[in-house]
Amino acid sequence: MTKYVLKRILLMFFTLFVIVTMCFMLIRLLPRELPMDANLRKIILQRFEALGYNKPLIVQYGIYLKNIFTEGDFGTSWYIQFRKPALEVLTSRLLPTVLVNLYSLVFSIPLGIVLGIYAAIKKNKWQDQVISTMVMVFVSVPSYVYAFLVQYIFFFKLDWLPLTVYSLADAGGSWLTKKMFISMIAPILALSFGEIASLCRFTRAELTETLTSDYMLLARTKGLTRAQATSRHALKNAMVPILPMIISSFIGILGGSIIIEQIFSIPGVGQLYIKAINLFDYDVFMMDTVFYTFVGLLGGIVTDISYGFIDPRIRMGSKK
Amino acid sequence: MKKTNDINNIPREKFTLVQENRRLSDQKFEDKPIGYFKDAWIRFRKNKGSIVAAIIILIIVLFSLAAPLLITSHSATFMDVYYAKKPSRDLLLSKIGISQGTTTRTFSEAGLVKAVGIGVAAEDRDGSGTLTVAEGLTSYYQPIRSIGEAVTYSEIKGAKPKTVYNDCTVENYLEVGFIYKSIEQAEYARIVAWQEETGIQVLYPLVQNNEYNMDASDANYWYKSKKGQPVTIKASGKAKTVAFSEDLVLEDNYKRDAEGNPVYYEYTGGGTHETAQFKVRVLYYNYYRYLNGAEPEYIFGTDSQGYDLALRLAGGIRLSLLLAICVSAINLTIGAIYGAIEGYYGGAVDLILERVSDILWGIPFIVTATLFQMHLAKKVGPIPSLLFAFVLTGWLSTAYRTRTQFYRFKGQEYVLAARTLGAKDWRIIWKHIFPNALGTIITSSVLVIPGVISSESMLSYLGIVKLGDAQTTSLGTLLSDAAPIWTNYPHLLLYPALVLALLMICFNLFGNGLRDAFNPSLRGVEE
Repeated sequence: MTKYVLKRILLMFFTLFVIVTMCFMLIRLLPRELPMDANLRKIILQRFEALGYNKPLIVQYGIYLKNIFTEGDFGTSWYIQFRKPALEVLTSRLLPTVLVNLYSLVFSIPLGIVLGIYAAIKKNKWQDQVISTMVMVFVSVPSYVYAFLVQYIFFFKLDWLPLTVYSLADAGGSWLTKKMFISMIAPILALSFGEIASLCRFTRAELTETLTSDYMLLARTKGLTRAQATSRHALKNAMVPILPMIISSFIGILGGSIIIEQIFSIPGVGQLYIKAINLFDYDVFMMDTVFYTFVGLLGGIVTDISYGFIDPRIRMGSKK
Repeated sequence: MKKTNDINNIPREKFTLVQENRRLSDQKFEDKPIGYFKDAWIRFRKNKGSIVAAIIILIIVLFSLAAPLLITSHSATFMDVYYAKKPSRDLLLSKIGISQGTTTRTFSEAGLVKAVGIGVAAEDRDGSGTLTVAEGLTSYYQPIRSIGEAVTYSEIKGAKPKTVYNDCTVENYLEVGFIYKSIEQAEYARIVAWQEETGIQVLYPLVQNNEYNMDASDANYWYKSKKGQPVTIKASGKAKTVAFSEDLVLEDNYKRDAEGNPVYYEYTGGGTHETAQFKVRVLYYNYYRYLNGAEPEYIFGTDSQGYDLALRLAGGIRLSLLLAICVSAINLTIGAIYGAIEGYYGGAVDLILERVSDILWGIPFIVTATLFQMHLAKKVGPIPSLLFAFVLTGWLSTAYRTRTQFYRFKGQEYVLAARTLGAKDWRIIWKHIFPNALGTIITSSVLVIPGVISSESMLSYLGIVKLGDAQTTSLGTLLSDAAPIWTNYPHLLLYPALVLALLMICFNLFGNGLRDAFNPSLRGVEE
């Protein structure tokens, strides 16, 4: 198992390295946009010269890697926050993204699983039909369509929630205040619909499969009630693929949803990405790219490895 | 016992020979054999949800193709800035109470007078200024269709109370009212001739620019007003504010010549006899009729710039679907070949190809799309570069599925038999194994379509893909145009969002139906 995990991690870093190399080259090849202000322009050009931005591409990449490994320096933000390290710019925006997505997951995981279990137990009855239809709708429709729906209902019709998330100053200087939480409810809802629906669908599919398996028949024959057999045997087995999925969505909250952050103006990683593109802040763009790639790869291997931990039958690293 | 006896004692004459003087041979099947695809089709037919979804998709596709011909008379380049962001209006449908171009709004007293005034002035064809509000309310050109309940209250304690009228129904096209236009003499003559021919009044008297005219550029302030409130001028020369009521006669502020007749045009300067510009005041609704020969009709309303929303929607759907189908077809080809090679040869080839696809799989799609836009959009245009971005990583899942199918089938006896008979690798791959994987591949390439549509609209919503061209639009661009203003103009967001949602739901249902039809064993399993 350890060998397998190590192998996966090494492979992940290899993949990350290749992707980062490609993206670095492509981003550095882009024509650089400089500010109109002559003074600022001069300063930035001098800094670029000093940082070796005018050297050949391969040398630039060497400098980039050296800075990362020796100083943890992923480049500098030139326009979003002038001369702040890109890593700092990114980490300062991590909290709002994580919070919104975390709230949404905490809300949607229990709901999704419970609905999925209910639908599986009531398979082919009207309850199941209703849930499955809703799931089909909510899985298919993109989350930003709900975002508008949520805004319309809770802001314009009922006036319960603010249109967008409050800025830090408005909410009392912290991301954790009650006022901030209330303003986050709208994006949380918008994110949750899809999450609940996909989890519900997955749970239903897995549970209906285990419910019809032979060991369930055995459990009933030895005298367990339907409820006992379902909760002790079927549910446990159904959870095997569900748990890794939940774990990977917890990793996924780091990335967040760009479009939801844009609609509700959450100052998170996704908004930073759009800002970096629009302002041509390429170092921050590169930082964001590395971050997204890393989060994506991490999600993949954590899922695979957690499969092995949860279900000893599928330890893929072990010899057959 | 008795029965057995009976059977034993069947009288001989009851027997007849099956055949006599003819050969007994196998009969030909009268019905046609049911092949793989026919079988799938039979199963697909039974899935009502998928059939409905397929029909809805067909309707949407037909709409996108036929809209320019059947749904509207406007051309795709037709744009009217005065009628931008207007809701749905259709003369035929308005008879049954929908698509009347109306919305419900709250009016302040001054705003209501201004809106009602449009109808009053439109009815007052010769500028006599003697019509009451009640007479104007029945006018064809009256934007206010119904006046809601009046509420009087003070906003701040102690402040002068003000009256607002809740829930007034207002016709948005007529609400544009009058505008000032600068035209040439020949054009003026043409309008006058058209007026006489059709009996529809376009030109209305000009308004004086004096202290009672609040906004000289707004042609709807034709009555005397101060701070927006209508006034009447007493004999002493003092202005007195008048309140809104049905019997009110708004005091006109028309420009009149020495004899007291209203003036319809004014020389504003420029050029020779032909090119000299004249300022006129036109009722825009009728001016539109003069220009276009018909009353404004937009079944889905107009978009934020004044294009016909039906055409914009049709264009958006066309773009999304075309892109999705291209991506799907290209992915199918690349994915099938790549997956087939991977799966068939296995071993080192598989290992290396898997690493390549691992790396491609690791690049976040949004990054790919952004980089392609930044590097290529100027050279080949935003849509081809979007296509490249989709294709770069899109084929991976098809390849993965094909590879799995090949691993499943390549060890089967019939493959061995084919090889023994001397079939080449290429023949075994495409003739013997690939058809087995076809169902899965077709299903996955249908399920790619909703993914492409949603990603494309997301990217254009975020502004990463900038179409920014009058001729091309996408559902995402329409949504992002609507996003800052949709609270006032809900239809701008409603229709694109609805179409997008419908497309997504239907393609998913259709794809799932196909999957169930091709692989009945997979029914209910989610991928």
